[in-house]
Amino acid sequence: MSDDSGYSSRVAMPMRTRTAVGGAREVTEALLSSGDRKKKVRGIIFVSILLLGLTTALLAIAAMITWAFIAGWPRLDLSLFTNVPSVVLPENAGYRTAILGTLYVIGGVILLIVPLGVGAAIYLEEFANPRNPFNRFVDLNIQNLAGVPSIVFGILGLAFIVRGPLSLGFVAAAGSLTLALLVLPTVILASREALRAVPSSIRDGSLALGATVWQAVSKQVLPAAFPGVLTGVILAVARAIGEAAPLLLVGAVTFVTFDPSFFEGGYSTLPTMIYSYAKRPQDELQTLAAAGVVVMLVLLILINSVAIYLRNRFERTW
Amino acid sequence: MPKATTGDVVSTEDQAVPTVGVTAALNEDGPAREQTVNTFELHKVNVHYGDMLAVKDVSLDIPHNQITAFIGPSGCGKSTLLRSLNRMNDLIPGARVSGDVLYHGVNMYGPKIDPVQVRTVIGMVFQKPNPFPKSIYDNVAFGPRILKMKGNLDDMVESSLRRAALWDEVKDRLKDNAFGMSGGQQQRLCIARAIAVQPDVILMDEPCSALDPVSTGKVEDLMLELKKEYTIVIVTHNMQQAARVSDLTAFFTVAAMDQTNSRTGVLVEMDETRNIFSNPKDERTANYVTGKFG
Ligand SMILES: Nc1ncnc2c1ncn2[C@@H]1O[C@H](COP(=O)(O)OP(=O)(O)OP(=O)(O)O)[C@@H](O)[C@H]1O
Ligand SMILES: [Mg+2]
Repeated sequence: MSDDSGYSSRVAMPMRTRTAVGGAREVTEALLSSGDRKKKVRGIIFVSILLLGLTTALLAIAAMITWAFIAGWPRLDLSLFTNVPSVVLPENAGYRTAILGTLYVIGGVILLIVPLGVGAAIYLEEFANPRNPFNRFVDLNIQNLAGVPSIVFGILGLAFIVRGPLSLGFVAAAGSLTLALLVLPTVILASREALRAVPSSIRDGSLALGATVWQAVSKQVLPAAFPGVLTGVILAVARAIGEAAPLLLVGAVTFVTFDPSFFEGGYSTLPTMIYSYAKRPQDELQTLAAAGVVVMLVLLILINSVAIYLRNRFERTW
Repeated sequence: MPKATTGDVVSTEDQAVPTVGVTAALNEDGPAREQTVNTFELHKVNVHYGDMLAVKDVSLDIPHNQITAFIGPSGCGKSTLLRSLNRMNDLIPGARVSGDVLYHGVNMYGPKIDPVQVRTVIGMVFQKPNPFPKSIYDNVAFGPRILKMKGNLDDMVESSLRRAALWDEVKDRLKDNAFGMSGGQQQRLCIARAIAVQPDVILMDEPCSALDPVSTGKVEDLMLELKKEYTIVIVTHNMQQAARVSDLTAFFTVAAMDQTNSRTGVLVEMDETRNIFSNPKDERTANYVTGKFG
């Protein structure tokens, strides 16, 4: 937590991120070291490529936001949030049920990932013996799970949650469970990182006063790690809000015209609703999809800003 | 016995045993024994880290209400031995203590002894000040809170801070974060925190090595004050400090073991501090305290 790379270095770093980090390190080293022109030239070329990539990415995002704003402008009003979906009257359709669906699904996700993710992180970081082969196996697999494509979790959810052992059916709860499984590794890894950043002298100090390990963890270590844990949870929630693919498999595709509930009836969410609107031919629905994209983007930027704010606000140098 | 610590210090199953004071509290076999003048008696104590023998065959007595200093070159096992006195070594994977560590006559590594309870009676102050990232008040109150000590918390905090000679400096900012204090104040806060749980012994591992001379002086004065009520064991690399504050000094050194070729800490000698510094029996001690070695 004490530096910015806190997350990127551990949490679910895909191959491309790792390559980029390695390259960046090489460049820094090359620029800092004296002599060796060849290395320097190579470094400069690499910097140029990185900058080009960054510019492309930023331009793409800017283009997307601009397009969504322009295309969705006619529908960016309150009725967007209050009207229910409709194909018959596309000019009156809205996102009401999808927004409620997202609230339900994400509420469920939060209820699941906070105790499970933080609990698992506490166990692995504070109690588990790292030399125990079983714990090492669990540890390794959590890291691997963080890199599994989300559609795989969708299939898993369909087979085991919607059908199979749990047989919940196509309900919001199934969506919650599926998304919770998807983001759980992220929460665990981020929470472990935050716990690990708390120096062991805090644990020793508590234990030397006669605290049990559990008291030391629950009263000192966890509160000290709280901002980091919270940031991890928020980022995981942001990811869950934006996910559409796995939800398509577990039922969030219906044109729900009634307010959803948790354990029965169809549901849909913001991203899946955008998808449903976008694939229809009517111009009004295209506009509606673009307006939905704006809502999504604003929401996600807000959430991520809160996470970054919390991280900077409570960042501590020990 | 300095004071009667409450009976619930150790939760042995047999609550029937009348627990009067720390001795009884830690006594695993029956009622309290006769009070010894020694707080600790160590017989042939060995400490291993995994396969490595870190401390070999240490036998020494640590008397009641005195300051005992452990000195010796780096790596001779002073911290290791100190941590074995309140079972902090239990927390290090692979660490093993053998031999007898008797605390008021009770084997501290006996089967019924709960290491968590041991640490409520034998407190510890660390090399680097390690206040909790909380307010000054909450730092001192932490121990009494988790141990559910009876009494007025405000009073306990105040008296601990007073006894740690810190009250006047912090009484107006008890709610401030402890991280805003100077290093010396932080270390005295850690001492106050240790006192707050009313221990019998305070172990200090190089408590002044991170402090400036003025703060060091304050902590040393504090130790001399505290020894009226507590038994204190201090590890130090500072010869003057050992000479200034301690009543007894134990000198350790590193011996190369022939068979294993590993380096192991051994006790060279233990005596009254003035003898160690003016009239040591062993040549190695003389060389060390005069600065010819180490
Ligand atoms: N947690 C540990 N795991 C393994 N070996 C350890 C551990 N702590 C200490 N040791 C080893 O035990 C020996 C004694 O260490 P210890 O820290 O007790 O020495 P010390 O006398 O306190 O030294 P210093 O004066 O530098 O603090 C050293 O060889 C050290 O490497
Ligand atoms: Mg040491």
